[in-house]
Amino acid sequence: MAAPTSASVTAPAAGAAPQPVPGRGIGSRKPATMAQALNRALHDAMAADERVHVMGEDVGTLGGVFRITDGLARAFGDSRCTDTPLAEAGILGTAVGMAMYGLRPVVEMQFDAFAYPAFEQLVSHVSRMRNRTRGTMPLPVTVRIPFGGGIGGVEHHSDSSEAYYLHTPGLHVVTPATVADAYGLLRAAIASDDPVVFLEPKRLYWSKADWSAEDPEPVAPIGQAVVRREGRSATLITYGPSLPVCMEAAEAAREEGWDLGVVDLRSLVPFDEDTVADVVRRTGRALVVHESSGFGGAGAEIAARITERCFHHLEAPVLRVAGFDIPYPPPMLERHHLPGVDRILDAVGRLQWEEG
Amino acid sequence: MTVLDTPAWRPRTDPAPLMPDPEPHRLLGTPEAARLDPALLRRAYAELVRGRRYNRQATALTRQGRLAVYPSSTGQEACEVAAALALTPQDWLFPSYRDTLAVVARGVDPVEALTLLRGDWHSGYDPKATRTAPLSTPLSTQLPHAVGLAHAARLSGDDVVALAMAGDGGTSEGDFHEALNFAAVWHAPVVFLVQNNGFAISVPLGKQSAAPSLAHKAVGYGMPGRLVDGNDVAAVHQVLTDAVERARGGGGPTLVEAVTYRMDAHTNADDATRYRDEAEVEAWRGHDPIELLERELTARGLLDDELRQTAADEAEAFAADLRERMNADPRLDPGELFAHVYAEPTQQLRRQEARLRAELAAERGQEHH
Repeated sequence: MAAPTSASVTAPAAGAAPQPVPGRGIGSRKPATMAQALNRALHDAMAADERVHVMGEDVGTLGGVFRITDGLARAFGDSRCTDTPLAEAGILGTAVGMAMYGLRPVVEMQFDAFAYPAFEQLVSHVSRMRNRTRGTMPLPVTVRIPFGGGIGGVEHHSDSSEAYYLHTPGLHVVTPATVADAYGLLRAAIASDDPVVFLEPKRLYWSKADWSAEDPEPVAPIGQAVVRREGRSATLITYGPSLPVCMEAAEAAREEGWDLGVVDLRSLVPFDEDTVADVVRRTGRALVVHESSGFGGAGAEIAARITERCFHHLEAPVLRVAGFDIPYPPPMLERHHLPGVDRILDAVGRLQWEEG
Repeated sequence: MTVLDTPAWRPRTDPAPLMPDPEPHRLLGTPEAARLDPALLRRAYAELVRGRRYNRQATALTRQGRLAVYPSSTGQEACEVAAALALTPQDWLFPSYRDTLAVVARGVDPVEALTLLRGDWHSGYDPKATRTAPLSTPLSTQLPHAVGLAHAARLSGDDVVALAMAGDGGTSEGDFHEALNFAAVWHAPVVFLVQNNGFAISVPLGKQSAAPSLAHKAVGYGMPGRLVDGNDVAAVHQVLTDAVERARGGGGPTLVEAVTYRMDAHTNADDATRYRDEAEVEAWRGHDPIELLERELTARGLLDDELRQTAADEAEAFAADLRERMNADPRLDPGELFAHVYAEPTQQLRRQEARLRAELAAERGQEHH
């Protein structure tokens, strides 16, 4: 692995432990999973606004196959948390009609690859109704989709489908990577008057963080990226399931003498170009990391935007570390597909340090 | 008793009452027609005459370049008019692209109803104010919307019925199946009107479905199927009114198949002589919806020269007004294309709008030189 140039060699970043916000539930913070935070967000949204309806396959009595809707039917009744027939286009299509009547449906697609039958409704109606009606008929629909791999799922249970959605004008595409963001972004998605595709990283459902359900920390509005780690050598730009991998890679990179920053996009649409450009201009080197296939993926768009806005600040081409351009591999082989720490560090090593 | 007899596995609905009649229901020219309300028949007559004139005018507007495309409902006016007449103002209509006449018959300004077909970017009329969904182009995708809206209204305790329109080709789409299934499971107050006009562009019904009739499809979902002569405006109106009242009373959804014929080509851009015989068209010309009603009105002494003249004059004035207003060049602001993509434009959209506005300013500058 090539050594970084002196200009980029820095001391390891000072401990970036999150500082508690005074007066915000410090005493009641305790370990919670992302799944629990999402469940709480749905519960709180339904309690706060009776127009919020949850619907999907197995979301009622069972509480969803990932238990994200656990207890909602019990608390709010079958008509607010509805087990629908098994038909994704029908689920989203009826949600469109419900939203046309003034409700705020939150649709659960059971798995990423099972959301495809609803694609036409999403692209031809959900994304366009506001535009088609000149703003008179916004569709406040949230489409929750558990996405991505790393959980040992068999075929059709591990797709990363974000590129299909972010290419569709009219949709917001949001994906949380932390427990606090899972709660805050889902509340923001449900409160949004625009349709939101809310991609839940399956392999982070059971990730834990200290969090207060009674007093959840405020989360920035949809469309704002966040710098998870300051760094001076290069910037890793990522989202959703790849954030913990990038944080781990940044930590491991210290041994190589690299001080890597990490940006968590949180929302792919709207894309927070300003935050990304600011950070990349400071480091001059950028790497986009996601587990979905690289060709035509989100990373291609992000890399292009960085090049357009930061060209004269760049010390090296923007590289991408992504899944291979193959159908998502079976559980016994998926670890070879998913970008890991080594693959990220190897790419960091190719950021033309010797020419700096 | 075996496990097969337990409620979850036992067929729960007796299919017999759901079955459509073997022949399409008819009223005009039958003894039952004597009971029909003369005022309703007169109103329907005026609407049919106006509807036929509207179809002719809209088709003419395509030749003059004032409409980008027009899918005509000539020959299907009885279905279009009856659909509008069967609804009360609080109800909702979910039209397909061939149903602008039903939209107009509901009272929507025809210029607004034709906005999309004119080639503009938006649906023209305000769906909330008119309780009419935007025209749906992808086939049958609006049917689940009707179900969801009706379901939401029912949950809210509101007296609202949704009537959704599709064609014979549309019944092959997956969304047709899903919409009917959701409607039946949810007992939603919705009526599905399928106009079987014989063709999906060029493909005849025999290549579309092997069902005994399209109305029979209802039985599989557990809702009644009704078969009606789609050119008999009184029969279509009665069947739809019964279905709407049934839905309003909590009886759940109904599927209505109206057997009719598309007298014109699919659109002005289509050539129907490539796939159907003139003899067939001619045969249907003898089963014209306006003539069927005229015969009935004449037989009952309800059609005098005055009604005939009044209807013709009103239709002509309607067409003249439409022609005049469609001949005015619409004022389009290309910059508005960015305004309603989201509640707030993204920073990328703002930059793109600025780019387009700069291009427009440059164009205007060149025009001045």
